[in-house]
Amino acid sequence: MDFFISLFSDPVGFWNSHTLLISQIGINGIVATSMFLVLYSGQLSLAAPGFMAIGAYTSVLMDLNWHTPFVLNVVAAVLLAGVVGVLVGLPVLRLRGVFLAIATIGFIEALRLGVILNLPITGEGLGLKNPNADPLGGVPIILVSLVVVLFVVWRLTRGRLGSAWSAIRQDEIAALSQGIFVARYKMIAFVLSALLAAYAGALEAHLNFFVDPGDTQYGVTRAVQILTFAVLGGSGYVLGPLVGALIVTLLPYIFEGAGDYINIIAGAFLIAVIIFRPQGIVGRGGLAIIRPAWWPRARLSAPSPG
Amino acid sequence: MDQQIVNAIFIGSIYALFAVGYTLVFGILDILNLAHSAVFMLGAAVTYSMVVNHGQSFVVACLVGLAASAFIGVVIEYICLRPLRRRQAPAIAALISTIGLALVIVAAVEQGNVGSFFSWLWVDGANSVAFPAGTVPNPTWHVGDLTLEATKVLIIPISIALMLVLGYVMRFTQVGRGLRAVAENPRAARLMGLDVDRMILLTLVISSALGGLAGILFGLALGDISPYIGRDNVEVRGLAVIVLGGMGSIPGAVIGGYLLGLIEIVALVTLGSNASGGVAFAALFLMLVLRPQGLFGTRLRERI
Repeated sequence: MDFFISLFSDPVGFWNSHTLLISQIGINGIVATSMFLVLYSGQLSLAAPGFMAIGAYTSVLMDLNWHTPFVLNVVAAVLLAGVVGVLVGLPVLRLRGVFLAIATIGFIEALRLGVILNLPITGEGLGLKNPNADPLGGVPIILVSLVVVLFVVWRLTRGRLGSAWSAIRQDEIAALSQGIFVARYKMIAFVLSALLAAYAGALEAHLNFFVDPGDTQYGVTRAVQILTFAVLGGSGYVLGPLVGALIVTLLPYIFEGAGDYINIIAGAFLIAVIIFRPQGIVGRGGLAIIRPAWWPRARLSAPSPG
Repeated sequence: MDQQIVNAIFIGSIYALFAVGYTLVFGILDILNLAHSAVFMLGAAVTYSMVVNHGQSFVVACLVGLAASAFIGVVIEYICLRPLRRRQAPAIAALISTIGLALVIVAAVEQGNVGSFFSWLWVDGANSVAFPAGTVPNPTWHVGDLTLEATKVLIIPISIALMLVLGYVMRFTQVGRGLRAVAENPRAARLMGLDVDRMILLTLVISSALGGLAGILFGLALGDISPYIGRDNVEVRGLAVIVLGGMGSIPGAVIGGYLLGLIEIVALVTLGSNASGGVAFAALFLMLVLRPQGLFGTRLRERI
């Protein structure tokens, strides 16, 4: 609880002592928004960690080898992820539901285990040292980016594009019959989400002195975590995934008292939230409470006279 | 190379056994049960703990391990899936609730240390352990230049026999007909007088018991039992197997298991240990792009 008390009692001290945590929340927020884009258009794509890896490795490698300015690195990383996004999207976007999820898992693991862990230039399994990282200076960029990203994505969902995505999410065949170019709108969402993920990946790499190719960073574990942000927070509204990212990132602080048993409490919390709020924390409606069969029922009608 | 092929068949049998449970739940509920790899781990961990910490014979320990796995199947249904079905939640919600349960199970085993709250379950924390030598008799034969250990060889007939039994039950018995009816159309099955909830419970119990058995055999044959064996060895590979064979198809999962074991060994021999990890996933990706229904899949509602 000390954590949350210090947030209110000493905001400046809190900011200074938790800069890295705040940066991580911002980055997770951007990635969660990237997940929101694909979910909003009805695609269960788990490709985000792959594009984050592309963003991270491209920007760090450009910096190490060519000493190019940071902005140029990020732009190049994001553009490369966009190209890869189109190339991957063309074959996989014909798939739906868990099939798309599994195909994108194939993509991120083939990229991580097959490419990144085997190229000498990416440092293979040892990872990549990044001496020019700036763990503390990134916060303003990250938070401003997060706000801009949220605003842009919110505007997109309110416009033509958003209506098309909504229609596709609700019923793909009906959307097709209304003259919506389903393949094109799905591709737009997929590529936009790839750009955002790569952007977040490049920013995240800039925070750490070491780019780690592990499973928790760019593998399935990360993909599942990002999916949890979006589904727990609620994927119907732009702010939902951000709320999910905030809560999941802060879980160790929220359940500080659990000590070693933190993951048990966190898992039980996830189950409870999703059972009572299947639509996510941000969304319409109240708690979904269903009366068990043995619960005493209220009398439906007054006893009839006579 | 010959030895490698034999190894491919051993590991393929474990993949197949694990994936059969995975695909059974997907075929009937259209839900990926992401707690399945935690059940795999729990089966191995409970059996190990019964033998080493509670001094039981291996047979008793196996039965307890299977019972614990089957019980987790009940937990999955009552806690993670049934409440969501009642609320008509989107299918994606079940992914999160089963992930939550997997997190709880892995964390419980991980925190099992001497003197901790979970010491009755496991005392080795995050360490990897193996059954003490002599837990089961393990004669080793040498045929030509092949080395065959009894525990590894036995896995093959056990897996095949179980999968044949399951195939027979699904195809020719009253229960199997009921399960297939629920898979085809739950509402129509209910109108025909089937207790759909009970059928789903049965599916999860069978699936989890098979997952736990795969874990026990894995721990026995490979001598590696830790809280992370499910996540590291079968979680994603299980997905690859059921995709290779065709989602929801039991014979497909069996063939897919052996196929994945073979692909991995061939990649290991031809490309070296570094590149082999990516090959299975590249195969998975290509399979989904070229033939999303898998080798044996028939129905594919997810595709336009």
